[in-house]
Amino acid sequence: MRRWLSQHRAALALSVRRLLAAPFNTLLSLLAIGIALTLPAFGYVVLDNLRELGRSASGVQEISVFMEVGAARKDIAEIESRLQTLPGIRFTFVPRDEALKRLQKSEEMAEIVASLPRNPLPDAFIVEPADASPEALDVLRQELASWPKVAHAQLDSAWVKRFDAFLRLGKLTVLMLAGLFGAGLVAVTFNTIRLQVLAQAAEIEVARMIGATDSFIRRPFHYFGALQGVLGGLVASGLIFAALHLLAGPVGELAALYGGSFVLHAPGVREIAALCAAGGILGWLGAQLSVSLSLRRFD
Amino acid sequence: MIVANSLTKRYPGGFEALSGVSFQIGAGEMVLITGHSGAGKTTLVKLIASIERPTSGSLVVNGQNLSALRRSAIPYVRRHFGMIFQDQKLLFDRSALDNVMLPLQIVGLPHREAVRRAQAALDKVGLLAREKANPIALSGGEQQRLAIARAVVNRPTVLLADEPTANLDSASAQDIRTLFADFHRVGVTIVVATHDQSWIQHCQGNALRLDHGRVV
Repeated sequence: MRRWLSQHRAALALSVRRLLAAPFNTLLSLLAIGIALTLPAFGYVVLDNLRELGRSASGVQEISVFMEVGAARKDIAEIESRLQTLPGIRFTFVPRDEALKRLQKSEEMAEIVASLPRNPLPDAFIVEPADASPEALDVLRQELASWPKVAHAQLDSAWVKRFDAFLRLGKLTVLMLAGLFGAGLVAVTFNTIRLQVLAQAAEIEVARMIGATDSFIRRPFHYFGALQGVLGGLVASGLIFAALHLLAGPVGELAALYGGSFVLHAPGVREIAALCAAGGILGWLGAQLSVSLSLRRFD
Repeated sequence: MIVANSLTKRYPGGFEALSGVSFQIGAGEMVLITGHSGAGKTTLVKLIASIERPTSGSLVVNGQNLSALRRSAIPYVRRHFGMIFQDQKLLFDRSALDNVMLPLQIVGLPHREAVRRAQAALDKVGLLAREKANPIALSGGEQQRLAIARAVVNRPTVLLADEPTANLDSASAQDIRTLFADFHRVGVTIVVATHDQSWIQHCQGNALRLDHGRVV
């Protein structure tokens, strides 16, 4: 175990030395890897913000449950107690008088409402489910509509579905970009490691002749590729933070024009760690491919 | 310790470097493999060190048949040998000490212990004072002594050398011969491919003479 650790420590130290030995080349490689990781990661951040925006947009997640006009107090109490048993929802009750008052406050409707002989509006519940997926909303809407004395359960599902379809399309695009740029990262690492193997040919040849195993020879290259990927992930995180910082002002102004407020969410520690891990894994993969092919010439 | 039986090595293209060579080298023996250029000396050393595989025949070292070795087992077998190459194969991007430490890093010796043993090996060949020097700054004789330090640092059971005194002046060659004699005295099995006449004449060990790939 001590020997195993010692070998890994030595391989890690050697790969760090190799990274530092050619700082300009390392910087260029990190920049290339960073940009390759930035594009899909930034797409993910944008989608995440859009999802957040969709959640906070008024009405998107609400189901309006309209009672029958003749529903009695006990019917309303029955619905209220049923709603209380449903997990993952919040609801508010809007009495018909309250609904009429709100309608009277509306400039366009005030005159019409005043001309009505009696209140035509029903009592209603506004239900906000935590699960905002279109499928879950539709199932909930159908269940609510089937309850006794419920005249109608309304969901602006078309809007939600369109928005969800847009998000899914965006997600697919980000995945495709991630695949494409991930392959680019593997290619960059592959080439860097190939050049490293060529530069270390003498050492590899001697090491093999005096008893080095394949894993001993590969290990520093694996560490090199993985380190490069992790550092590329950090570069990508920096680029994403810089882009979000630049966009924060214009996005805030745009939201204000629509009478709202919206703050772009930056990736958290977990997302940054995931980005670095993805970079590390892809870097390791590029190194593995390169070293496997390059070492054949020493057989 | 080393038993060869009808050992043959044929290279792609049909050239037969060794043809049915048989011999036996006991533990602690010193054997010089002699013969003119192209006789098969280097090929035989490479076969013993498992750098090349025989075409046919068997080669048993320390009870292990090298002809039947799996590829993955070869590195572990090579660690039993100390190899000294004609062109030394030193690494010129690092110090003398780091060159000697390489075999110890391969077996995973902790750094401090590796430094200590590498310095002891350098001391043995009289190069401790030059431990920080780059091999390129060393003379031919010093480079060969550095290669010997690297070969013995792992305390091998067999020391294999291919023309270790070639291209050296007589004084440096004598230093190398003395070093080998010292290792032989402490019980290391030594196999040297050489055409150094002075060594052949004064060697107290056995000689294995090759001619066109056959033992004569």
